[in-house]
Amino acid sequence: MNVPGTLVTVTLILFALALVLFLSTRINDSTVLGAGFTFGNFVEAASDPLYRMVVGRSLIIAGLVTLATVGLAYPVAYYAAFHAGRHRGLILFLVTLPFWTSYLLRVFAWKIVLAYNGVLNSGLMELGIIREPILAFLNTPAAVVITLAHAYAAFAVLPIFVALETIPKSYLEAASDLGAKPAETFRRVVLPMSMPGVLSAALVVFVPTVGDYVTPALVGGPSSTMIGSIIQAQFGKADDWPFGAAVAVLTMLVILVVVAAARALDKRFGSRT
Amino acid sequence: MKAAPFRRPRLSGLAIYVGAYLVFLYLPMVLIPLFSFNDSIQAAFPLKGFTFAWYEALLANERMHDALANTLIVGFSAAALATLCGIAIAYCDVSRPSRIARTVSALARLPILIPGVIVGIALLIFVNLAGFGPSRLAIVLGHTCLALPTTVIVMRTRFAAIPRSLEDAAMDLGAREWLTFRKVMLPLSLPAVAAAFLLAFLTSFDEFIVAFFLTGTEQTLPVFIWAQLRFPKELPSVMALGSLILAVSIVIAGAAEFIRRRGAVAREAAGA
Repeated sequence: MNVPGTLVTVTLILFALALVLFLSTRINDSTVLGAGFTFGNFVEAASDPLYRMVVGRSLIIAGLVTLATVGLAYPVAYYAAFHAGRHRGLILFLVTLPFWTSYLLRVFAWKIVLAYNGVLNSGLMELGIIREPILAFLNTPAAVVITLAHAYAAFAVLPIFVALETIPKSYLEAASDLGAKPAETFRRVVLPMSMPGVLSAALVVFVPTVGDYVTPALVGGPSSTMIGSIIQAQFGKADDWPFGAAVAVLTMLVILVVVAAARALDKRFGSRT
Repeated sequence: MKAAPFRRPRLSGLAIYVGAYLVFLYLPMVLIPLFSFNDSIQAAFPLKGFTFAWYEALLANERMHDALANTLIVGFSAAALATLCGIAIAYCDVSRPSRIARTVSALARLPILIPGVIVGIALLIFVNLAGFGPSRLAIVLGHTCLALPTTVIVMRTRFAAIPRSLEDAAMDLGAREWLTFRKVMLPLSLPAVAAAFLLAFLTSFDEFIVAFFLTGTEQTLPVFIWAQLRFPKELPSVMALGSLILAVSIVIAGAAEFIRRRGAVAREAAGA
């Protein structure tokens, strides 16, 4: 009964990931599986200061995007969970709809906003706020952060909403009966109890952003190269698949550490999921 | 009952914030259709005039027709495969729990925790090893992986909501597992199957990151757009195509949501 499911997951997910791990320990000779065993790819990736800088930048950018996305999403989830009334379904639908539209188009939209001859510059000039187009909008790490925070905005609302939604209303009434003001109820009851949702929101934003290569290429410029860009280049122009696989394995290790940290935090907050 | 401090039906600062958030979400997206009707090569203010020229140029583009056909073939194949696997994996996980079923179900949801670029290279190595290399088939396999978490989650939610007693009753009346599944579980889950298929199709329809690695000579629409972005004079027709893709995505996502909700309402009415 589960034959198709088992076949697909084992070959396309488990086996394909094992191939990445295998290839990362091979010497590049431009064949699919490389020649001979080596740890050289990892040594090169870990020792070269350029790669270390790119890894650091990816973590900083993905971290900032995660903070911004989760921070912006929390009040929306809070409103949907406690205040929206009969509009709740509509708000949740409107927030999740962009999730189902093309991510490439969302990034592209920011390219036309931030470009030299773009919407923002021409709009500001039209309004007489600036005289000359500002170059500094496009091709900066800041452009990458804004674009990604927008592109993944909708991901974060749903997990936080679910966590807020499952808080028993009696807890809130109990807090208020015991004399807590709304702000105190929020700080000591609602916020801690919604942390599992906040953590899973942070994960679903962090994972795709840390490996992104499209946004750096379209709006980031050369100063915003991220890990994903390096992996993509190794499987394209640079044509060094084993090295690209090693960088991919290191990226997965970083993600594993982040997931483990989120799990540990989740335990501290006493997950109810 | 005294008024709880958590329900105040008035236009609060929070409500205004939610409105602003929705504007932030949608405003950049509105620009694409806006400038697709603008009579200028550049996406800049002031607007020059209304035109259908970019849509006409787009519809006359043969390579766009090929890309559209590839996108539809890939989308239907990947959605069919992902839905089939999603049903099997979710059913075994919910109704026949075993260690294998749980492991397969967890594996199927793993792509959520892997950046697209790594899914892309993993499958690129796989399809080269398998011998067929980057091709439409390769993209189908890639998109099946990406859509699998969605179909498994949608189907699991549905199967878990069907009362166990219905299945037990069918078994008591002598139906074997396969018959029970076909005559009881599957008909009760049809809205979820339809929603899972639509969402899987949508995942494939809009997907770029993985398709980029697995595209051979046959491009899908997002890969076609990526290639067009190198040519500034193609910008308006990219926006025309983008507008059409946005419209189709919104219609399909809306339909999936509608079907899922109607399924839920019908269930409540039937007391299930």
